This record gives sequence, C-alpha cells and structure tokens, in this order.
Amino acid sequence: MMKILTKFFKSLFESIFGKKGEIKMGFYGPPNAGKTSLANRICKDWTGQEIGKVSKIPHETRNVQFKEKVEIKNKGKSLMFKLIDTPGIATKIDYEDFMKFGLSKKESQKRAKEATHGVVEAIKWLEDMQAVIIVLDASQNPYSQVNLTIIGNLVAREIPVLIVGNKIDLRKASLKKIESAFPEYDIIGISAKTGQNMGEFYESLFKLSKKI
Amino acid sequence: MTNRNKLTLRFLRYRDIARLESNARVKKLLDIVIDNKIIILQGRLDSVEEASLIQSTMALIGRIKGFKGVELATIQPDKDAGFFEGMRLKMARALVGERDALTIIGPAAIVKDIKKDPSKIDLMLKR
Repeated sequence: MMKILTKFFKSLFESIFGKKGEIKMGFYGPPNAGKTSLANRICKDWTGQEIGKVSKIPHETRNVQFKEKVEIKNKGKSLMFKLIDTPGIATKIDYEDFMKFGLSKKESQKRAKEATHGVVEAIKWLEDMQAVIIVLDASQNPYSQVNLTIIGNLVAREIPVLIVGNKIDLRKASLKKIESAFPEYDIIGISAKTGQNMGEFYESLFKLSKKI
Repeated sequence: MTNRNKLTLRFLRYRDIARLESNARVKKLLDIVIDNKIIILQGRLDSVEEASLIQSTMALIGRIKGFKGVELATIQPDKDAGFFEGMRLKMARALVGERDALTIIGPAAIVKDIKKDPSKIDLMLKR
C-alpha cells in the first residue's frame, strides 16, 4: 500500500514539475562482465572522468561506487543520471582463485573477504535503484543462476531493466545466446572497451528511462 | 571429517520447505550444503529468497573452515510452453507453488561448476 502511495505521489510531483530529477541507475551482473568498464565509458563520454578501476582479476570492484550528475544527451533531449556501479554478484568466492593471478595468500584472503562484503552490499542496493543495466559477458554462457536471480529480483521490485551483452569485440561473443536466454527483455550488444555500438546503447537508455 | 570418495545427494521434496518462513528455508538449505551434501530440491526458491541465499552464503565464507560458497542452478520446464500450457502452469504454480522446477545446490568445495542449458544441467565435480 505504501509503495503504491509513494509511486502515486512521485508521479503526481513529476507531472506538476515535469522533471524526473537524477535517475538512479545501477550496473549489475556477474564478476568480470565489464560493469565498471561500461560505467567508465559512459562517465568518460559525458563527464571526462572515470568511476573506478578495472582489472583482469575478478572482484576488482568490491565497494559500491557512484558518479552523480551525469548528463546524457540524445537527439536533442537530455537526462541526468546518478550512476551506481556495484560489485559483481557471485555464489562462491575462493581466495585461491586470486592467487592464480599472482596475488599473495594474504592479499588474496583480504580480497576474498572484501568481495564477499561487496556481494552482500550489491544485493542490498537493489531496492534503491530506479533502473538497472545488467551487464553480461557476451562470450560466456548466459544461463547462470546469478543472472536469473538478479533479473528475478528486479522484476519483483518492478525496476526497469536493460540487458547489455558486453565484449562483442571478442570472437567467442554471441548475442544470440543472450537473446534466447532472455527473450522478453531489451538486449543490446556493445564493447565497453572499443566503444562499439555505444550510440545505440544511449538510445536504449532513453527508452529505458521512459519505463520509470 | 568428510570422506573424499563419498558424494551425498540429498533429495528434498517441496513440501519439506513449503511451510517454512523464507529465512528458515534458506537456513535449512545452507545447513545441508555446509554438511557437504548436494541438494536436489523439488521446486525452487523465489528470486528474493535466492538473493537472500547468496547473501547468507557470502556471510559464511571465511567463517566456516573450507566453505567457499555454493553452486546453484534451477531448471524449469516451461520455456517452450505454448500460450494455454503456459497459462495452465502459471495457475498451477499460483495454487501449489513452483513444484515443477528442479533446483540443485551444492557446496563449491565439491561442485566445481554447474553448466546449465535451457533443458539440461551438467554437474562438474572437483576431484
């Protein structure tokens, strides 16, 4: 009941003042899908700054990180976003996996501990989002339960979703697999690394904002 | 001490968890997984419970010796159901829960990976 009332007053306020303000948009997905790379690409395109560090070692993002007042323009219209980059969601974290990337045992254990906290934080933040970009690695199998769990939670909370298949510059990438795994969602293929298809991505972002 | 050559599969019927509160469901499943057993559950958790399972799992990593998390997969047989069959399944689920699904949850220390295709699950175990 409270949720319905809040939504009603919010849309009433917006219809009177004609402004959505800053849209809180989260980046969610499994580790190493390229969430921070995409958030960085957007931030660099529109603010000239980056949001966070990227690495080949999984769980580089272990805290929720933000970039406020990111104004994105498309076809003469503009929208203001608060970008929220979240740690990758995983069901298992083994510090020994980090040691394979050359980290010491101590560093790996510290990273694993921080990563577990990051996953908990990322899930907690779900309910604060107004729109979510789910970033998947287009070269990986999309039928992971983590992906289904994230999407299921967003659907349950009525949060609009755009699925991005990242890394389409890789030979192994297959957007078709993602499309057949999630036929009822808007899916767009991009490469955050090379900037491929970012124009279409921004267009999809404007379509997504209409669903809020 | 677990026997390295022994693998235990624990079957849970939907009715074994149906009457439990969400937190109790998650706890029951995690207690079994921590005991190094692989659960084959008739039905599935809802997505909010799945998220809660992941959060509780993360909270246990590093606190329980040798526990590295879980592998989890759910398979649901209605992907290609037609309109009327899909409606029938939705109505049945609303009445009796999602009993037509099958969920596998295993400790990551034993289950290396669960590869899921829409209609099959491959369970890769650690040696």
